[in-house]
Amino acid sequence: MLRGMRSPHRTDDPADRTTGFVRLSDLPSGVLRDIALVLAADFVVGVSFGAIAVAGGLPLWVPVTMSLLVYAGSAQFSAAAALTGGGGAVAAAATGLLLNSRTAAFSLAVADSLGRTWAARLVGAHLITDETAAFVMAQPDRRSRKAAFWISGLGLFAVWNVSVLVGALAGSALGDTGRFGLDAAFPAVLLALVMPALRDSGNARRAGALGAVIAVAATPVLPAGAPVLLALLGLVAMRRRPVRPVEDPAAEPVTGPAPTSSGTPS
Amino acid sequence: MNAYLACVLALAAGTYAFRLAGPLLHGRVELPVRVQELLTLGATVLLVALLATGALTEGHDFAGWSRPAGVLVGGVLAWRRAPFALVVVGAAGATALLRLAGLP
Repeated sequence: MLRGMRSPHRTDDPADRTTGFVRLSDLPSGVLRDIALVLAADFVVGVSFGAIAVAGGLPLWVPVTMSLLVYAGSAQFSAAAALTGGGGAVAAAATGLLLNSRTAAFSLAVADSLGRTWAARLVGAHLITDETAAFVMAQPDRRSRKAAFWISGLGLFAVWNVSVLVGALAGSALGDTGRFGLDAAFPAVLLALVMPALRDSGNARRAGALGAVIAVAATPVLPAGAPVLLALLGLVAMRRRPVRPVEDPAAEPVTGPAPTSSGTPS
Repeated sequence: MNAYLACVLALAAGTYAFRLAGPLLHGRVELPVRVQELLTLGATVLLVALLATGALTEGHDFAGWSRPAGVLVGGVLAWRRAPFALVVVGAAGATALLRLAGLP
């Protein structure tokens, strides 16, 4: 789906400018179908997030509020895992923020497509995710980029929040969650999230392994939250790589598996 | 509440600030690739540490064998590029079965 991506052309051709509202007909049906597939995949992920978070012991309002205000799948999973697994609030926020720092790069990449008014920019900014950035950057002209941004952005926001609420309500109905093995789900989800990075990067494997050993070894003796932050010492295992050809940093994350194929939250 | 709410609000505010980078700084600033790589690697290290401690420990103690075994099943499924839902169900299901069999 997201193959054949183009880097955003910045053109000032007046015919290429967008005015007024976005319409569904601004996008080819193939792109609309791709968006629908991602919406369906994200629905499953959202239900899982809501259910696991509540089953892990968080009050219902935490996953629901997080989804509305933070609105970033992987950061929500890691924050909820830290909160339920005794990682502590500081480690939860720190991990989430580090994960979401990549959103700044996406934001720079799609800024042209939000619209001209400040209201559109301020609202649109909240809708920037890996998925919307991928859809925007895959469109050939300014008009369809703006349409792709708002259609995928509003669709994803609606689907994500509804699905998390559905999952959270289902999770509260489960009762004794140890019996269902749901405590294994969070670490497994995090493993699925880091898998592409571990697959691709020796530095990620080395630093991750050292960090994990440090964190696990420190857990019996340090207060909750500290071991995970201490794991950042694992970064010393990083090795400088030879200089690579220049790449567009914003284009990198979408070279991984498309959201439709894996359904991995982003 | 309190710690939960503080965590959600801090994460929400910081994330929104990252998202505003484009509209506010567009054309004036570009994130160096090196910084980008370091942030990505830092996030990966934190995630691996979270999943390792989450899989192996409960409080300050060992969590028992069922949970890490389930996580391992989920990890193998993720490695084989299984769909997200299958990773979740596989990990939880394996742990549940092991507990049913009497493993702590």
